[in-house]
Amino acid sequence: MEVSMTVNGRAVSADVEPRTLLVHFLRENLRLTGTHVGCETGYCGACTVHVDGKAVKSCTMLAVQAEGADVKTIESLASNGNLHPVQEGFWERHGLQCGFCTPGMIMASVALLDENNNPSEDEIRHGIEGNLCRCTGYHNIVRAVEYAGAKMRGEEPPPPDWEGGE
Amino acid sequence: MHFHHPTTLADATQAVAEGATPLAGGTDLMVEVNFRHRRPEHVVGLRKVEELGAWEGNRIGAGVTWRRLEHGGPQALAEAARTVGSPQIRNAGTIGGNVVTASPAGDGLPFLVAVDAKVEVMSAEGGRLVPWDVFFVGVKKTTLAADELVTAIHLPESLPERQAFGKVGVRSAMVIATVGCVVTRTDDGKTTVGLGSVGPTPLRASRAEEMISSVTRPTESDLAEFQKMVSDEARPITDHRSTEEYRRHAVGVLARRLLERCLR
Amino acid sequence: MTAPSRVRPARVAGGVGDSTLRPDGIPKLEGSFEYAQDLWQEGALWGATTRSPHAHARIVAVDVSPALSIGGVHAVLTADDVPGSPTFGLEHSDQPVLASDVINYWGEPVALVAAEDRDTARRAAAAVKVRYEILEPLTDPGEADTRDEAFRRIRIRRGDQEASGPVVVEGYYETAMQDQAPLGTEAGLAVPDGQGGVDLFATSQFLHVDHEQVVASLGLSADQVRAHPTGIGGAFGSREDVNLHIHLCMLALRTGQPVKMVYDRSESFTGHVHRHPARMWYRHEANRDGTLARVEARILLDGGAYASTTPAVLANASYFAVGPYKCDSVAVDGVGTRTNNPPCGAMRGFGAVQVCFAYETQMDRLADALSMDPIELRRKNALTTGDHFATTGQIIETPLPTVEVLESLAAMPLPADSESDLLPGGSGLTTEARHVMRGIGYAIGIKNLGFSEGFDDYSQARVRLAGSGAVVETAAIEVGQGLVTVLAQIARTALGISDVTVEHVDTSRIDSAGSTSASRQTQVSGGAVLKAATTLRDRILHHHDGDDLTDQGVLRNGDVIVTMGELVADDWQETATFRHPPTTAPDEYGQGKLHADFAVAGHRAVVDVDPELGLVRVIRVDTAQDVGKALNPEAVLGQIEGGIMQGVGLAVMEELVVEEGIIRNPNFTDYLLPTILDAPDVEALLIEEDGSWGPFGAKGVGEPPTISSTAAVAAAIRAATGKAIERVPVRPQDIAL
Repeated sequence: MEVSMTVNGRAVSADVEPRTLLVHFLRENLRLTGTHVGCETGYCGACTVHVDGKAVKSCTMLAVQAEGADVKTIESLASNGNLHPVQEGFWERHGLQCGFCTPGMIMASVALLDENNNPSEDEIRHGIEGNLCRCTGYHNIVRAVEYAGAKMRGEEPPPPDWEGGE
Repeated sequence: MHFHHPTTLADATQAVAEGATPLAGGTDLMVEVNFRHRRPEHVVGLRKVEELGAWEGNRIGAGVTWRRLEHGGPQALAEAARTVGSPQIRNAGTIGGNVVTASPAGDGLPFLVAVDAKVEVMSAEGGRLVPWDVFFVGVKKTTLAADELVTAIHLPESLPERQAFGKVGVRSAMVIATVGCVVTRTDDGKTTVGLGSVGPTPLRASRAEEMISSVTRPTESDLAEFQKMVSDEARPITDHRSTEEYRRHAVGVLARRLLERCLR
Repeated sequence: MTAPSRVRPARVAGGVGDSTLRPDGIPKLEGSFEYAQDLWQEGALWGATTRSPHAHARIVAVDVSPALSIGGVHAVLTADDVPGSPTFGLEHSDQPVLASDVINYWGEPVALVAAEDRDTARRAAAAVKVRYEILEPLTDPGEADTRDEAFRRIRIRRGDQEASGPVVVEGYYETAMQDQAPLGTEAGLAVPDGQGGVDLFATSQFLHVDHEQVVASLGLSADQVRAHPTGIGGAFGSREDVNLHIHLCMLALRTGQPVKMVYDRSESFTGHVHRHPARMWYRHEANRDGTLARVEARILLDGGAYASTTPAVLANASYFAVGPYKCDSVAVDGVGTRTNNPPCGAMRGFGAVQVCFAYETQMDRLADALSMDPIELRRKNALTTGDHFATTGQIIETPLPTVEVLESLAAMPLPADSESDLLPGGSGLTTEARHVMRGIGYAIGIKNLGFSEGFDDYSQARVRLAGSGAVVETAAIEVGQGLVTVLAQIARTALGISDVTVEHVDTSRIDSAGSTSASRQTQVSGGAVLKAATTLRDRILHHHDGDDLTDQGVLRNGDVIVTMGELVADDWQETATFRHPPTTAPDEYGQGKLHADFAVAGHRAVVDVDPELGLVRVIRVDTAQDVGKALNPEAVLGQIEGGIMQGVGLAVMEELVVEEGIIRNPNFTDYLLPTILDAPDVEALLIEEDGSWGPFGAKGVGEPPTISSTAAVAAAIRAATGKAIERVPVRPQDIAL
């Protein structure tokens, strides 16, 4: 079945078996492997992408359901070698270890900050409650999103914990 | 697999009549497909059917997402919506899906039950309104006919002034309800109690409702009696998520706390 | 050991002690990092596995024809197709590559499929017709113990067995089966080399031991198989055992095409081993002053169907059964049973976690019985350098700051009573502040670092000059813990050169680095890098009669006499193998110098509990941890925060529910990992001291955060509720009913 959509600003069309999940379409047809599959049940969030501006879990959506949609993946964030503020936050605040959850975590955080670029710690936690991380204990992820929020507001990010932050 | 992507309700119901499995947010169906418990050969995607997303007054289109309900639904339904999956799931998942799946743990169902909602279903032949207690008949079993599509939820004209939702789960977010409950109370004391995860279908605790509705200012002992009656009316089982004993206990505690919230 | 270099390098940017950022960070943030799941080659086929739906059964017949008749299927293999050793195993080769006769656990592999796409492969795997004669599974480990179905028994007797004390506490404790649940499932790609050999790229924690087992089962010579490192989405013990490795190679060799396989989450739950569920009986006897007079323990770990690392996990549980405490009269009996439950093996903490929950609960009960402050009781009995280990009698030779850990922890500030935005029940809105009781609990734990019981534990590393600096080559596996960062830091400091990268190389290019487990890589592979780098620097300086090596090259009296470019052109390199201090096998009473090093850590948990509903929110977990020397403080904190989270998970929600040998919750819907809303705040104190044999005095830091965090949370729940709390995870019904 023919499907067309915009992925990371580029128009793409392909002939896919309708059973194909959006995440597999992205990973295998388009070779955009930054979007990961962790659970196939919509729980882990590693497959989070944006469809028409909203964060969704691409493992519980068919590629053909995204017909005509505007899809954004982790690969769309950095531009001209510059990291997106959220990526920068995860980098500067040690917000990743194995990194498998990271693209989904970042896409969920971007969606959160796009709506509210000055979230409280509580709002950050609620905003990315749908993304599991097994390595970090989440502490640095909260700090990473705070860093990104400050950057997006044009403010100086709070200093890291290990420099007398918290 | 065949996939239809209609933009009109008529085309959608036509596809369902032809045997297509409806797919909206994918929260439940896609998990079944991914784990190969189901392998539908014919699917109709509902994302583009704008009529299903319509929400006017007391008629909530089946395609209305949890995200919209979270930010604009009646209080207890909004509270319930907040506990569905995660932000990503709430962006995609719909109230219609919750109703069609008919899991005893469906987060939206205690509210619908508590306010005596009706389910609007439609086939190529026409539509009908089904009271919730006729619609839900067992664990993931409904009276929806094979050629019918759930198109909307009808809430009553006026909703109780006070409503409260609660859900017991072991995790702070993204968790299937061990016990779910909605308590509503009108200013003149009429109280309803909708229960989830404590029976094959969502339930009402009718005897407890009747008892407490007759009390204008419930005392400590009325509340204790109410709690016990709710526990007694629940029909929980033991499974890998919890035990019958705990669910029976927790549903009473929760109902009482929600009633207290309504009374405040 | 410390760097023997005569001229100590000047401080180098990005050297040890800096919180250097991860070199793999940018690709991981941009989505370009290549995980095993992402590997692909043109023309690759997809593999899938047919697994037993029964926990115990006899295979009567296998009919592969329905699978073979599906279009796009290239091969269907069964046990008859295993070319070499029909079994594999980390310590004992007892696990069939494919079951041929008897099924011993639910999900055991029976057949393999290679097909043109994932969906076809999975459909074909489901189409393989296996006729089973269902057998009664043995699923009660107590029954298995009675029937002497045991992988190992350990009997420890130390000191006067008649010793006793006037204050006695007894208890029975259980811990449930936990899963490592790394976010990346098992995945890999096998590529035939066209000459009968194969290149394997698959998730792993220990390349050389994968290689050994793959070679044996393929019936090939060692040089015909090359195991390559790949990008790994977490491990925590789950990747120590072979799972899809031999399968992938068999399919690739049979079809002559590359074959890719990725387990989905439910298959992952059957495809790797789990943390052993434990049953533990304890009796502590103390003198009136609180000193331990005698400890008796009986420990049962259920190993499930196959050995995996059960013998070593049982050893750890038994040897660490008393905890970081002195006691001169000890009796421990341990058994690792064989049942038809899912196989259990390595998970972060490796046997030390289960017993810590038991002995720390005992210590609290003892403090209660003695009317003594629990911290004081622990301090009074604290094991430290120079003491005999309570179980094995080994004299502790490396620094062991147990008292400092305890005292620092107790001195850390507590949160204000009101300090919590999030209530038990979370977004379920079950609980108001008035329903909440707060509790505080302490626990400390101890674990070995590196392999034990006489195992020849070594790692090889190579340091060579290349590009504009140096490259470290190793087969040590980076699973996310940050080894790739710290090995470069060690090399920078030892060489005096700031431009150092780490290259993970395949089994044909370097000798073993040992496993990424037992908290050992920083110490052991780090030791190898330090040794290679130090030797290389010395050789270069000696050769050129220089007095310093820097980014510019060799210096003499401050002048560059040989440039880095010239050094690189000369192809300088050094390969070194590091071994930690030798250990011995235990004698018949479990005595001996069994361990190379130890680490202690302590945790203080603060929990809010809704006792009526039995819901818990862990508010904060503070910790003091013995780290030797923090080579990358921020990376150490990352290990601590993540390890605590896994300990909290086991305390309050993580449990594989197994009934009649079948896992009832093999998915993320019902196997609950803590979310960001469940994550406690963490304050950590790193206790540094000199004298461990790790590079620059470093100790392993990966496992200690998980040892006592579970016990501390359980203690806090006990304090909040007054309930006995003898089992983890603590379920709502354990509190509310």
